[in-house]
Amino acid sequence: MALTKADLAERLFEELGLNKREAKELVEQFFEEIRQALENGESVKLSGFGNFQLRSKNERPGRNPKTGEEIPISARRVVTFRPGQKLKARVEAYAGSNEQR
Amino acid sequence: MQQAMTKSDLVDRLARKNSQLAYKDVELGVKTLIEHMSQTLASGERIEIRGFGSFSLHFRPPRFGRNPKTGTAVALSGKYVPHFKPGKELRERVNDGASVSATTHSEYAEPDIFSSDDMDD
Repeated sequence: MALTKADLAERLFEELGLNKREAKELVEQFFEEIRQALENGESVKLSGFGNFQLRSKNERPGRNPKTGEEIPISARRVVTFRPGQKLKARVEAYAGSNEQR
Repeated sequence: MQQAMTKSDLVDRLARKNSQLAYKDVELGVKTLIEHMSQTLASGERIEIRGFGSFSLHFRPPRFGRNPKTGTAVALSGKYVPHFKPGKELRERVNDGASVSATTHSEYAEPDIFSSDDMDD
């Protein structure tokens, strides 16, 4: 089962004593602030977790995989995430046998 | 060069919009969220945030690397690395924002506009 906003809000409720509505809103606003920053051209650096960065991509040739028709992929701005050292180290240690993708 | 929002900028912005919460609660809230997300990935579980994106682990198979100093071959075991896939809303807003310029959200530069009712539906 994947972690969702509801799980995050539940943790804020349990650990911070925010009421459920406040907890839910803070989770929502947390992601909204990050979206807004990225939308406005700011990268986002969360130490201990990682950085969200913006990259501008030039137009490039593409293909409709169904029809094989050639369609150019327009120039665009995209978000990339670079995990920080601490997160990478913690995840690397995960030797879980259950498949994960 | 890009401007960056740091964790403490994020705390400041959230605190400004949530005057009903103590600053240290917002700070602790952000810390708790990030720790919860890190823990989740460290235990091999995915994170799915609708409209934002999903975090998962990708497996990097074992390989032979080289010690850059000595040139000796070293066996490196397989490992997991965190991966983020942006969601539809984030993808669209980031791409649209590129053409629109910052003017659309200039109001966020003015904290006083945010009365506590602003976020209510």
